[in-house]
Amino acid sequence: MIIVEENKCDFCGTCVAVCPVDAIELFEAQIDILHDRCIDCDLCVWICPIEVLHTVENEVASA
Amino acid sequence: MKDEYDVIVVGGGPAGSTAAKFAVEGGASVLMLEKDRDIGMPVRCGEAVGAEGLARFIEPNDKWIASKINSFRLVSPAGTSVDIEGLSEGGYVLDRRIFDYELALLAGNAGASIMTKAYVYDLVKEGDTIKGVKINYLNEKMEIRSKIIIAADGVESRVGRWAGIKTTIKIKDMESAIQISVGNVDCKSNRLDFYLGSEVAPGGYLWVFPKGEHYANIGLGVAGHYNKSRSARKYLDDFMEKNYPEASILTTVVGGVPCAHTLPKIAGDNIMIAGDAAHMVNPVSGGGIVSGMQGGRLAGTRAAEAIREGNYSYKFLSKYEKQWHKLLGKSYERMYKIKSAVSKLTDDDFNRTAEIISSIPQSKRTLGRVFKTALMNHPKLLFDVVRAFASV
Repeated sequence: MIIVEENKCDFCGTCVAVCPVDAIELFEAQIDILHDRCIDCDLCVWICPIEVLHTVENEVASA
Repeated sequence: MKDEYDVIVVGGGPAGSTAAKFAVEGGASVLMLEKDRDIGMPVRCGEAVGAEGLARFIEPNDKWIASKINSFRLVSPAGTSVDIEGLSEGGYVLDRRIFDYELALLAGNAGASIMTKAYVYDLVKEGDTIKGVKINYLNEKMEIRSKIIIAADGVESRVGRWAGIKTTIKIKDMESAIQISVGNVDCKSNRLDFYLGSEVAPGGYLWVFPKGEHYANIGLGVAGHYNKSRSARKYLDDFMEKNYPEASILTTVVGGVPCAHTLPKIAGDNIMIAGDAAHMVNPVSGGGIVSGMQGGRLAGTRAAEAIREGNYSYKFLSKYEKQWHKLLGKSYERMYKIKSAVSKLTDDDFNRTAEIISSIPQSKRTLGRVFKTALMNHPKLLFDVVRAFASV
């Protein structure tokens, strides 16, 4: 699954623009991944100019 | 604030403000919604713009012109500088914090209502018909109704998607960009510098745009598929360490530049899309300020006509689509082909071309002469590229 380092994020929306399934929500200074919609294509991870998004194993994230 | 308007514009950037102004001047009641606290902030933009294009919309004013530009410098991968001076059509580096305010004021003073910190999280629909927007305003959820929505909600546009228009950008067409505003740097206040090459910014370019003496925007865009292995930030950090290690960094902004061509479909029943949201960006230069304003003008004007006629159907609004594609959309399709061709050029190609041009004496190095020389020495391409930049 994809996680966001929110304290590093600039909330620019570049990830939102490339997401093929509209699974990222961006507020003024808050960003949410809609995990039930996400298809783990990783495009958001690739495009982020400052490496804020990461892929992690599911069990790590829920630990 | 009322709970119903003729037109709601989502987004308070240059496209949104211009759309709001033209819609209200055409007789519509207009509300413009901005999600951030401040119009014009943060400035996710290199801020360079052509003077001629801008003058169609607003009288130049020193309070938002940081510097006046009349020359370019292209720096090849090998480090050869090619200066082109005395451009007939000049440009500016803007101070967009002030510029965007001015544009919003033009809309507001013409009669448009404006709200900031108003986040649109969904559309109001009755059946399939769009009837307004749902917003989160100061932690309160509310609905505001309108006959027409103009989505000028930036590169991350979701309003268009909710209306069923595909606005997603292919990763190869998205430039992953970062920019710092820096002090304590040497730069020429009348010259835009562009650095090319796979080591500086693969699939894009690096810019040094002066905002005064010793003060500049330095940024770069990397084509999305290159960003996977090495991020834009790393490229910029490298460049700064090599070229401006003493720079003081005043701001860092990041963002995506949609270097595709304009979406073919930018309107639907009760909706039009404008600016970055519609990918109204010159795909070679990444410039989108004036083209966003052009799109905003067309959308706002058409919205007012629709209100006067009482017809908000796609059939009626699609004139906006046709007008845009005729005005700039078609030429951006050509630009996109140029961009694709340029992306195949190697560092050696750039180096060779730079060597040839730099052998022309400076006094004779007019844009025309540079074009001619470049043309004779194969890269028809360079001609197109420089022309594309000149028409930012």
